[in-house]
Amino acid sequence: MSTHSTEGASRDGYGAALLRLAENPRVVILEADLGKSTKSCHFRSQYPDRTFSVGISEQNMMLVAAGLAESGKIPFASTFAIFTERGFEQIRNGIARPGFPVHICGSHGGIHTGSDGSSAQSVEDLGIYRTIPGMTVIHPSDDISTEELTFQLQALEGPSYMRTARNKTRRIYDNEEVEKLRIGRGSLLRDGGDAAIIACGVMVERALDAADTISGEGLDCAVVDMHTIKPLDGGLVSYLAEKCGCMITAEDHSIIGGLGGAVAEWTSVNCPVPLEMVGVKDRFGESGSTEDLMREMGLNADDIANSVRKCVDRKN
Amino acid sequence: MGEMLSRLSIEELENMSNNCRLDIVRMTHSAQSGHPGGSLSAIDLMVGLYGSDFRFKTGDPNWEDRDRFILSKGHASPAMYALLHQIGILDDGDLMSFREIGSVCQGHVDMKWTDGVDFSAGSLGMGLSFGLGCALAATMDSSERNVWVMLGDGETQEGEIWEAALSASFHKASNLKVIVDRNGIQNDDFVKNQMEIGDVGAKFSAFGWLTKEIDGHNMVEVVAAIDWANSEQNLPVVIIANTIKGKGVSFMENNPDFHGKAPNDDEFALALEELG
Repeated sequence: MSTHSTEGASRDGYGAALLRLAENPRVVILEADLGKSTKSCHFRSQYPDRTFSVGISEQNMMLVAAGLAESGKIPFASTFAIFTERGFEQIRNGIARPGFPVHICGSHGGIHTGSDGSSAQSVEDLGIYRTIPGMTVIHPSDDISTEELTFQLQALEGPSYMRTARNKTRRIYDNEEVEKLRIGRGSLLRDGGDAAIIACGVMVERALDAADTISGEGLDCAVVDMHTIKPLDGGLVSYLAEKCGCMITAEDHSIIGGLGGAVAEWTSVNCPVPLEMVGVKDRFGESGSTEDLMREMGLNADDIANSVRKCVDRKN
Repeated sequence: MGEMLSRLSIEELENMSNNCRLDIVRMTHSAQSGHPGGSLSAIDLMVGLYGSDFRFKTGDPNWEDRDRFILSKGHASPAMYALLHQIGILDDGDLMSFREIGSVCQGHVDMKWTDGVDFSAGSLGMGLSFGLGCALAATMDSSERNVWVMLGDGETQEGEIWEAALSASFHKASNLKVIVDRNGIQNDDFVKNQMEIGDVGAKFSAFGWLTKEIDGHNMVEVVAAIDWANSEQNLPVVIIANTIKGKGVSFMENNPDFHGKAPNDDEFALALEELG
């Protein structure tokens, strides 16, 4: 496998980053029978001595990772986003409370996951991990930015949660741009003065499409890839709130507690402006194709564009 | 930096245990909260462990290549603090601040607060997985350090214990050593009334572990079992230690009320008298 991801899903970027991280002898990998899905399998095939399978035991995996971190290792532990939640208290009490640099990756997050149905579609992971003190929460938009941000995690002193997506998405960055990304700093993809769309994950490409649509109506939208949900880049949010006067969030996640919640918390205290949230409206998903589900749940570019129009109207 | 703990005689170990029992009672009385019962059942085992070639430097409690002791039943924190007091890591003022704001003696043992504590406990069922992680790291580092985990018997009702037990034998973690404090009582009642766990040794054995059952208050048996565990090079081992909750204080012995209740002034005076 090449050191850089070829175009694919964000989970492919995670797998590519782990291979690059192998140069750091402290890095170890944990799997819970989903390495072929989360893409840690590539690391396993090359570095079996640094890869630990715990079978299907997510709670156990979280504390084994904590123990490895206590003894100086930098563990990357992955499973499906939804199954990380089975070990929530283990993450809270066993990893985050002592502050271990354990990096948890939840793949197959969100409605975008598709036909496996509601049991597999975590729409609450970003929200629940955001509530844990000291926890960094990341949800990148494409494979190449996932690779870059995952690679940067080795320098983080505390724990992190990263959600990746199962399905392929459009490339947002090129090789040069991606190296400018930093954990905790939002990425301004497009500037504009009429409305700011703050998006994460698979919604970033839809936000760019919505901005294109809206520009045909004479409105310039700024678009941010807010790949780091926590710590939120409040400075960038404030700057855009002042410049644009209204804000739209877009996430493949419940509008309760995730990116929308984080931006609402920030703006309501620091820079109150009209805010619209595009996301899952307090419901579970269901089986279906990604395309059908995203339409059914109101997670398409058209839904973002409608929210922009509504939000701009509210300024007046 | 710092002196290695020396190996103690049976008589020295028994004396240290008694001193620890006094500390446990004083601490919980002072705080008017805490868990004396499970501390008194565990203390002979912990003293026996630290006095039997435990790799630990008193002057450098965070030495990276030390043996680890994971007190998974973290509510038995008074036992841990008493032991750390007896080996010179904590002072008497630390003990008497147990459970007060800012104290290094937190309610449940917490490695972020106390030198010499190797795990942030308080939620049962997690310490064995954590110990396995430490053990795997020791193997990666080609270190001779061992990882000891103490579990409560009620704690083995947690499913994660058995996830960890299966993974430890799968990974052939022979540097992982477990002691089960089989005192027969948990928070609400006797274990047999809450959810009887039966033959714990047989269960570990079925998961691929070597097991030995001992009287957890007989220091000769305790030391022999620890020496046996330390000598095992092929499989993870578990010592099932039959103990008495509240051991050493008559009115606490085998009494579920003293799982999580501190002695009042009259009880404290009686306990001091009994412990001499």
